[in-house]
Amino acid sequence: MRPDTLARGAPLCPAGHLPHKGGDRLSSLISPIANAEKEALSAELLISLLQGLQGEKEGARSPFVPILLGDCAAPRYLWRVTEQPRLAEQNAAAHLPEPFLKWFAQKGWSPRAHQIELLATAQAGQSVLLIAPTGAGKTLAGFLPSLTELAGRPGRRPGQARRGIHTLYISPLKALAVDIERNLGKPVEEIGLSVTIETRTGDTPAHKRQRQKLAPPEILLTTPEQLALLIAAPDARRFFEDLRYVVLDELHSLVTSKRGHLLALGLARLRSFVPGLQTIGLSATVAEPDELRRWLVSQNPPGGMAELIVVTGGAKPEISILDSEEHVPWAGHSARYATPEIYNEIKRHKTTLLFVNTRSQAELLFQELWRVNDDTLPIALHHGSLDVAQRRRVERAMGENALRAIVATSTLDLGIDWGDVDLVVHVGAPKGASRLAQRIGRANHRMDEPSKAILIPANRFEVLECRAALDANYLGAQDTPPLVNGGLDVLAQHVLGCACGAPFRADDLFEEVRAAAPYAELDRPTFDRVVDFVATGGYALKNYERYARIRLNKDGLWRVSNPRIAQQYRLNVGTIIEVPALNVRYVRAGSKGSASRGGRVLGKIEEAFLETLTHGDTFMFAGKVLRFEGIRDNECFVSNAPGSDAKVPYYGGGKFPLSTYLAEQVRIMLDDRQRWKKLPEQVADWLRFQADKSVLPKRDDLLIETFPRGNRYYLVAYPFEGRLAHQTLGMLLTRRLDRAGARPLGFVATDYALAIWSLADMGRMFRARKPSLSQLFDQDMLGDDLEAWLAGSWLLKRTFRNCALISGLIEKRHPGQEKSGRQVTVSTDLIYDVLRSHEPDHILLQATRADAATGLLDVSRLAEMLSRIQGRIVHKHLEQISPLAVPIMLEIGKMPVHGEADDTLLMDAATLVEEAMGTK
Amino acid sequence: MTFALAMTALQADPVGIAGERAICDRRGVLYFPELRLLTVSDLHLEKGSSLARRGTLIPPYDTGATLLRLQAVIADYQPAIVISLGDSFHDGGGAARMHSSFRERLEALMAGRDWFWVAGNHDPDAPADLPGETVRELAIGSLVFRHEPSAVRVEGEISGHLHPCARIVQQGRSVRRRCFAGDGGRMIMPAFGAYTGSLNVLDRAYAGLFRRETLMAYMLGTERIFAISGSMLRPG
Repeated sequence: MRPDTLARGAPLCPAGHLPHKGGDRLSSLISPIANAEKEALSAELLISLLQGLQGEKEGARSPFVPILLGDCAAPRYLWRVTEQPRLAEQNAAAHLPEPFLKWFAQKGWSPRAHQIELLATAQAGQSVLLIAPTGAGKTLAGFLPSLTELAGRPGRRPGQARRGIHTLYISPLKALAVDIERNLGKPVEEIGLSVTIETRTGDTPAHKRQRQKLAPPEILLTTPEQLALLIAAPDARRFFEDLRYVVLDELHSLVTSKRGHLLALGLARLRSFVPGLQTIGLSATVAEPDELRRWLVSQNPPGGMAELIVVTGGAKPEISILDSEEHVPWAGHSARYATPEIYNEIKRHKTTLLFVNTRSQAELLFQELWRVNDDTLPIALHHGSLDVAQRRRVERAMGENALRAIVATSTLDLGIDWGDVDLVVHVGAPKGASRLAQRIGRANHRMDEPSKAILIPANRFEVLECRAALDANYLGAQDTPPLVNGGLDVLAQHVLGCACGAPFRADDLFEEVRAAAPYAELDRPTFDRVVDFVATGGYALKNYERYARIRLNKDGLWRVSNPRIAQQYRLNVGTIIEVPALNVRYVRAGSKGSASRGGRVLGKIEEAFLETLTHGDTFMFAGKVLRFEGIRDNECFVSNAPGSDAKVPYYGGGKFPLSTYLAEQVRIMLDDRQRWKKLPEQVADWLRFQADKSVLPKRDDLLIETFPRGNRYYLVAYPFEGRLAHQTLGMLLTRRLDRAGARPLGFVATDYALAIWSLADMGRMFRARKPSLSQLFDQDMLGDDLEAWLAGSWLLKRTFRNCALISGLIEKRHPGQEKSGRQVTVSTDLIYDVLRSHEPDHILLQATRADAATGLLDVSRLAEMLSRIQGRIVHKHLEQISPLAVPIMLEIGKMPVHGEADDTLLMDAATLVEEAMGTK
Repeated sequence: MTFALAMTALQADPVGIAGERAICDRRGVLYFPELRLLTVSDLHLEKGSSLARRGTLIPPYDTGATLLRLQAVIADYQPAIVISLGDSFHDGGGAARMHSSFRERLEALMAGRDWFWVAGNHDPDAPADLPGETVRELAIGSLVFRHEPSAVRVEGEISGHLHPCARIVQQGRSVRRRCFAGDGGRMIMPAFGAYTGSLNVLDRAYAGLFRRETLMAYMLGTERIFAISGSMLRPG
């Protein structure tokens, strides 16, 4: 057998799911594992680069090597192949019941090795984590233990007690749960199993939910929020008493957020209901699999880990960077220059999926493509702000292969299979190597065919970043973010939820919570403060004892003080906080909406953007150029705008900051002229020019350039630490420069650089060491300066709002009454001010600061950078702007200038009046 | 404090209301130097505990915070007369719920001056066990003080109730602040309480209250008041 035929292999279940129309392919080949002996001959050629780098060769391997790391003490990345060569058919026979074997045979398929491996592990009573690329048949693997067990279970005889849920499947997306229901139903029917499978999401009608409580299905497909609701119900313990397995899909994306914290707490609760519960985690490749392994099992005793099965291999993706004939812009994010070239690629492929990083980029690209769409190809737009009906239409059309291209944001990131995508175009830099790999995995969706992808850098720095990401993808590097400790606001929500379910003893709940991996390090005093917060707000001023939500009774149990509390809890469950947004509704031009209220709703736009518009302004949304007519009662009225030029919806910068890993790769590339050969000529020229006029920073150095321009003096620093960290750095540096008398006026931050401008000559000040750059960049800025700035920062207020909503301090919704975003915003800001000045150590402020450090402010990353660059600051005082500084200088005026300028704006407005009135 | 001294020391702007000169203080109070009269509106004391009764346990420090700010302006102006323009307490039981330490602080502020509680919709009755005189409305010189602005135009009316704020957009950025809203004839005061929200002066609730041509919003800045012409204001 030739290696290339083997490499293509025969997927059992293409498309990442169970066989279904359009995705099924009968194979003439037998599964590679079944042919292990023959494979041994070609294995050398097939070992993936990843294995070659990180593993040790140990006998022959197939391209789909299951690796079982049973021993927790084994060092990570010691790749070990179990029982080689292995006859999977024999194994399959040992683990799979007869009807399953027959079904496989009828289909002409063989079970994949990792599927049998997972089944065997589960049958041995272990929890397990399966890491596999898209298209490896993860989902079937995840359900095999449940299906085989249910198949062997004798049917319920009349009069016998009704059985509870056997398997809980949890996915981050409602749509995914629905997709699985459809895809799982078919084989279940074909195998001849009588297994009941149902979904339960926010969209499930109340009567169906009620029925599910009385007559639960054997397999329930649901979301983390629904699990939280189910365990907060008074009959939760009984409802889950028969539970055997929890299958967690897309685990890598769940664990990094507060949803993951809530889910981890929910799992801990389930484990206390059913101690023998087994978990099965399904995940894409991550940097630290052990974190996920711990996440899946009880951390009491600490350090426990689920078994690990890793499926490596798959075909290497064919990724290229667009080497444009056109001039690659210095700055900007639109990639407009490449539109004709992108369009040509769409024409040459069946279905193209175009990923962008932000919604506004999506709108712009969509417009640009239609501008050149001479063949009127069906090109669609898909992002999270569009009206649901519109999104569903696009998804349906895509499933039917009726589209040639879709412009999408991250809403499509997760593993839903929609038709035959044969090309992924990534517009803008991917910001993370793992994210790029996952997005590219969307093409073909069959792990054994190479995915094809093209990266389109929007500007010159992005060329460097794309190149770095591409090298990383080939090396299999992973930069998924490390998991953080569980949020205290989430814990507060969970504590109230537990009380709503059943009275609890603090000692027991503390032990239970600590068994959840994100809370393994929680200490008892903090836990007690959280319980106190749930009860009375946890304030030093004990004023609210009589209004307590939960009370400690004489029997040592905490109970909900009245049923209304449980009702409120149910309405506020979950950790997803919506940004205040208004419906965008069509009206006739010129009407302010008073007469024609009946227009179509196009979707939702953030209030913050709409507030900057004035009547008659135009902007792009839902693939149209719209004219802003006005705001009335929480709706934004728009009409069709004549012409096609528009003010684009605001560009808030990339949604994801540049990953630490990619940042380092970019710095290394700048320092290594050998690697410039892979760069487009115009970009390499740009770097050479920089080396000539100024200097290129060494990989661990921080380059700072100062130069005059116009009647201003500029400082440009190149830390490459991502926009959030740069923004925080900018805030702190301007404070310090102000104190030093530099009279700074403002700054802008990008993912790569930071520019500050001032009235005084900063270059001269640094050379006179008044202050010196090492003083200016000293780590002590993270002390008092940070505290002082943070105190009044809107960033912290926004973070506080999220914590206040999640912790249940204030409600997202009242029964029968929706609060508008504004009312919530105003009141949390006021609460924040009052709480900060009266009780700065309150647990909610503690939670807020912890969030801010990793979230919007990225203080932790800034701290690492400041310590890295000590003694490594290179200052270049220039006569004029350097080539490297051009991109960020072009951002000035385009991006919002940060700073506490609100009063300045008022001053400007007031001055105009004073001039007009002749009072000045 | 003399008028001129007040103007420079407090960086406040003088406004004319029905012929009387007043200072719109950036902290949200209105002072009539000639009358030595200080007006403050919508204190909403004990709003925190009012919400706590219904299970929303927001920090119980709002009364303390509001009184502290009030204490500061009273110390600056040393008024002979103080008018609290209604909704002084968030609900009828507020005064009775107030922590004893706050009650003592409030009473200390009231000592030695004439203090009027104007009845508001939140607190129609006299606050329990507190000195001061409770009135429905009050006329002093050419001025009338009442909680809710009347639908018919009354020259010299000072009111509260609506919690005005104003919004402008400059250089693509939006700034929203509490404000005094006046047209030279009447004045609606911003809410003073620590937990009070606000409503844009262009909202329908204000329809017919002002002469649009002369409407000014005196927006509260961190250091001073900003007088913004009505034509520059934005809804929302």
